[in-house]
Amino acid sequence: MAEENKVKLHGMWASPYVQRVEIALKIKGIPYEYVEEDLVNKSQLLLQYNPVHKKVPVLIHNGKSICESLVILEYIDETWKNGPPLLPQDPYKRAKVRFWTSFVEKELLENVLLVVRSEGEAQEKAIKVVFEKLKLLEEGLKDLFQGETHHIDGENMGILDIFLCSLFGAHKAQEEVLGVKFIDPEKFPLLSSWVTAFTEVAVVKALQPPHEKLVVVYQFLRQKALQPSAAEVEVKEGVYVRSLSRSHLPDTLI
Amino acid sequence: MAEEVKLFGKWASPFSRRIEVALKLKGVEYEFIEEDVFNKSPALLNYNPVHKKVPVLVHNGKPIAESLVIMEYIDETWKHNPILPVDPFEKAMARFWAKFIDDKFWAIWPAAKKAMISGGEKEREEGVEEAQQHLKVLETQLKEKKFFGGERLGFVEITASLIVCIVVAQGALGVEILTQDKFPALHELTQKFADDDVFKQCVPPREKHSAYFKALWGALAASK
Repeated sequence: MAEENKVKLHGMWASPYVQRVEIALKIKGIPYEYVEEDLVNKSQLLLQYNPVHKKVPVLIHNGKSICESLVILEYIDETWKNGPPLLPQDPYKRAKVRFWTSFVEKELLENVLLVVRSEGEAQEKAIKVVFEKLKLLEEGLKDLFQGETHHIDGENMGILDIFLCSLFGAHKAQEEVLGVKFIDPEKFPLLSSWVTAFTEVAVVKALQPPHEKLVVVYQFLRQKALQPSAAEVEVKEGVYVRSLSRSHLPDTLI
Repeated sequence: MAEEVKLFGKWASPFSRRIEVALKLKGVEYEFIEEDVFNKSPALLNYNPVHKKVPVLVHNGKPIAESLVIMEYIDETWKHNPILPVDPFEKAMARFWAKFIDDKFWAIWPAAKKAMISGGEKEREEGVEEAQQHLKVLETQLKEKKFFGGERLGFVEITASLIVCIVVAQGALGVEILTQDKFPALHELTQKFADDDVFKQCVPPREKHSAYFKALWGALAASK
């Protein structure tokens, strides 16, 4: 591949933010080089490419770096117009998709993380908030899909599908670790069928870490928040991260 | 079909101000509907049932909420006088910095508020220091960025215009936070807003704006 068109992605296998970008690249059929980052021991390149946040994912295209997963997804959609679109064409539909994507990020994800990182009364409160937000999303989906079934396959996943997938693709692991069922088909039929649909998409299946690994990740996140002995945690994090590598993925994806 | 553009907002809200600036830059005629935050209209609750907040843009009966989402919609619907760059990479940079500014504001504003309503000097100093710490990050990152070079206001500047609230509020409450000597680039930006013909139409008269903050927080400050 010509140097100027080269695409690189700096990521970490357990990061749902990175997963979003990988799904998008795969849907569009964009070849890329993946660079696994040790977040306890960040590479010089990462710090150079994302000096502001020092985080993954970072996409490098034509030698220029783009950070923040949503910004990257929109960039991918606008730069590679040949593959399936990640956003609708119509400005109003685009606005609705962006609105709900922002909702998933700010209202749902943040509160699910709160549930992961808390216990007792604080956790109960956070769980209640997640259910409230899920209810709003279920209502929003009715409006978004307008009574039609939203068929998802490797050809038509968009940014909202991708964002939701990166959050609830791991819902079974969340259920096991937190003892709470967020994706409940009785409470949220549209959302549940949607989550089931996108976890079956080949690209998602290939990128999703196995259930057991996800359980460990969530357990680790929880432990880190509830028993913070900083130095110990950093070392543990390094060990966890290095030991649980991307070895679960087939060679062609690494 | 005749265009019908309505904006549900509040004159004091920097978020609905963003939308007014964007619409005026595009020369789009709109009806402004002032919302009372303590007595929200049924229309607003109907158009934004999720957040129940302003701003909400209603274009030919279709509502759009969230100021950054609305700005993108405006730019994609009325294509002249673009707010966002055309080049995908430049556009990505604009979106990145707009998000950065927005996120930082939610760290700055509570600290600034703490400084402005605190009765005790120690608390006030803590608030000022915290707010200035975050402002410093903004100052450093934005100092050399080229968004602020153009004649017309762009996506990042319109997003950043909420710093005007800090300047007005601090003046009203007599607390120095965003000062020229400590934050020359940010100060220059606030001057740019003050001199901009479009922005001037969207910002309330200084006295009215100051009085708003005095009324909002003056009582809290005095009661301590």
